[in-house]
Amino acid sequence: MHFFSEVFTYFSTRANWTGSGGIPNLFYKQALLSATVVVAATLVGGGLGLVLGHTGRGGLVAVNAANAFRAVPTLALLTLLAIQPSISLKYNGFLAAFIALVVLAIPPILTNTYVGIREVDADIVDASRAMGLTGPQILGRVELPLGLPFIVAGIRTASIEVVATSTLAAYVSYQDLGTPVLAGLASQNTVEAFCGSLLVAVLAAIVAIGLGLVLKAVTPAALRKTSAPTSLLPGAVSARPQPAAAG
Amino acid sequence: MLAEVIRWSFITKQWSLIQTDLIQHVALTFIAVGIGLGLSVPLALLAWRYPISRGPLVGFSSLLYIIPSVALFSIIGAYTGYEASYLTGEIALVGYTLLILVWNTLAGLAAVPADAREASVALGYSKTATLWRVELPLALPYIFAGLRVATSTVVGLVTVTALIGLGGLGQLITYGFNADYYTPIIVALVFSILLAGLCDLAWVGVERLLVPWSRASKRAAARA
Repeated sequence: MHFFSEVFTYFSTRANWTGSGGIPNLFYKQALLSATVVVAATLVGGGLGLVLGHTGRGGLVAVNAANAFRAVPTLALLTLLAIQPSISLKYNGFLAAFIALVVLAIPPILTNTYVGIREVDADIVDASRAMGLTGPQILGRVELPLGLPFIVAGIRTASIEVVATSTLAAYVSYQDLGTPVLAGLASQNTVEAFCGSLLVAVLAAIVAIGLGLVLKAVTPAALRKTSAPTSLLPGAVSARPQPAAAG
Repeated sequence: MLAEVIRWSFITKQWSLIQTDLIQHVALTFIAVGIGLGLSVPLALLAWRYPISRGPLVGFSSLLYIIPSVALFSIIGAYTGYEASYLTGEIALVGYTLLILVWNTLAGLAAVPADAREASVALGYSKTATLWRVELPLALPYIFAGLRVATSTVVGLVTVTALIGLGGLGQLITYGFNADYYTPIIVALVFSILLAGLCDLAWVGVERLLVPWSRASKRAAARA
């Protein structure tokens, strides 16, 4: 097929592999941006989710607010920050892209952390309190380990979304795999756009599989068959934060 | 300060433009969620009834989910024509709703209590009747949760179709970016969030009408 031979030519052209615009560098910059974003969002969203889940106060409001945040168009935030003089295109667009993507990544992590902590069996929490554990000890030694599968699942969902969406960072001049995608789109060069997207999909798949293995590792064997949120989007299910009818 | 950031005169003067973009945004969102629902619930039901198809279905929709939206637009554009075509935009948008809705429908079916399933077998329901009259209704709260997430996601994603000449409110974003002008971008941002909020409320309302028992059981659980 003509199209695929052109794709093959793109990947076998040496010039596409070298220099700052080469595939390795673009791949690295997309991975770097995504990783930084996910770490920051985990600290903010995860921390907030832990506290809210532990105290059980204001959690519903936070989860619903987080859901509303999903509707914030990343493109709007990205462009708004990019034309704001104090942020603008600093660090070649990294800063604007970073902030916009953190806003995208917080909701799934916050929701899943909150739900993960709330889903911990109340009897276990009571038992650990009866054994004399303090609040922070309960959170760290009981609730966090038991809620970890949910939390990791949320981080995984967020990471996949961030990797895919960081393509848009190229729109505010951050050079990553979005650069060939947008250039291809502008010049109607489908081959270039396709190759760029293929690489993004590869990165997203690596992240999905890698964090999937982490998820498996943190899920206690006894839970793996029943409630473990192993698929891509358990965060979606937890949009209904109330535990369904108490059995 | 605020007067510098938001020029209200833009909103009043360009109101008809904003209105057109908003209507397009709503249309793109509704079509995508509608088709997504129409495709994914039957597919998920089939996958539930014939488990062998579950892996391929979830795999395929996961694949659609990890491809960046801009990329999907450009690849599909090669076949459907690059001009602002609803077809190009909708194929990609529907693709994103699939994973969310398929996954939630399957999760809802998996969460149906075994008692209910056994009771329907004892009553003599066939497998299909059990699926249709017992399992599907009991899975509805999960499907609604999926619809809420899918709708919010699509409302945000529609803006990206501005890069292929559609965009709804996304057109205001690209205009604002190119003209170094805050107001249109903020207008797009605020209307997107408002639209998503309204849709969310609407889904909650529909769920209350269709699944009244879910509220009752939540209340009972809260009391217990």
